[in-house]
Amino acid sequence: MSETEKPDPGAASPEPNEKGRLARRDFLSEVTFGALAVAGLGSGVVTYQYFSPNVLFEPATRFRAGNPDLYPLDSVTFLQVQQVYIVRTKDGFFAVSAVCTHLGCITQWKPEDDQIACPCHGSKFKRDGKKIEGPAPAPLPHFAISLSADGELVVDKLEIVKADQALRV
Amino acid sequence: MAGADIIIERLRHTRVWRSIFRRGPALTNRTRSLAVFGNLFLHFLPVKVREKSLRARATYYLGSFSFLLFLMLVITGVLLMFYYHPAIPQAYRDMKDLRFVVSNGVFLRNLHRLGAHLMVIAVFAHMFHVFYRGGYKPPHEFNWVVGVILLLVTLFLSYTGYLLPWDQLAFWAITVGTNIISAMPVIGNRVKFLVLGGHVVGENALLRFYVLHCVVLPLVAVLLVGIHFWRVQKDGGLTVKGEDDRKE
Repeated sequence: MSETEKPDPGAASPEPNEKGRLARRDFLSEVTFGALAVAGLGSGVVTYQYFSPNVLFEPATRFRAGNPDLYPLDSVTFLQVQQVYIVRTKDGFFAVSAVCTHLGCITQWKPEDDQIACPCHGSKFKRDGKKIEGPAPAPLPHFAISLSADGELVVDKLEIVKADQALRV
Repeated sequence: MAGADIIIERLRHTRVWRSIFRRGPALTNRTRSLAVFGNLFLHFLPVKVREKSLRARATYYLGSFSFLLFLMLVITGVLLMFYYHPAIPQAYRDMKDLRFVVSNGVFLRNLHRLGAHLMVIAVFAHMFHVFYRGGYKPPHEFNWVVGVILLLVTLFLSYTGYLLPWDQLAFWAITVGTNIISAMPVIGNRVKFLVLGGHVVGENALLRFYVLHCVVLPLVAVLLVGIHFWRVQKDGGLTVKGEDDRKE
């Protein structure tokens, strides 16, 4: 068996023939592979859509946190289901995320140290979410907090606000 | 013994036997080769191997050991599936049942769990051995790459299996692991959403990991292991170059 390449008489040549037209075989193979490429791309898109759920059975991102009087002045309250701290200071109410910005563990409020600590990798935060020490790359975000018409606190976890926006009641 | 031989000899001449095994007894090198060629499970293995390559020092049987563990994990895994529901909170209860209620369940579960740990160690050991022997050099580059993908498949199998007990360790390991995915630039959060089937480790994530662990990844592994074994033969058998050089 020699390794020298011989021209394959059956091979389709991409160049047009002498008349400047595509050979029938090249035309058919281009149409076939083109159709396959379109079908493949389409399958990819619909498969991607299929794997992205449209309805999620997860805790609501917007929720009521009860009457403001439930939270005494200078307190940090952890809401376990929503994974949010309701912080009340003399400036007003904050809703601070309880999810560590490092790798998503749930932090804990440590009243004895006056700080929020993550049990996974030791990140520490102040009660307003400011980072004291890493490995967390960012402070805990604040969520939008407002009052409903009947006077209850409402937190929207999809809306992240600046840390100085407190709700005065 | 003689009686058994006679029975086997008689069976060899029955129509059923001859319809399954086309060749006669493998008494010559030619018929032995034909027996290997004509068998689906053997045909991708070499017909002849050098005695040297069968010695423990040539490979320490690390690849074979990894494959043996894989087979054991498939068998124990299928057995565990008979008692496991990938649902919350049933998954955790089923795991507890397997440990404390089902006969020999704790044995099977631990065989599966420890076998999986051991397989990761075995695959790594196999890889290091091949690497330090220079087994990645031409003409073995392609098989080295297949091996690297098999290492990744092994790790993904371990990772997806880690969630299935649905205990605290499982939940937080997958929470941390999928948050690492979201650190990927641009597409990180989308990929995390697709892997979990949501924003948190929940029902969808458990089911996705279950299907990946029990169906998709094992099929990929079987396919790649087939290619891996076949390429060993096509690339000229097991490498025992180092030993050859020293002796000749």
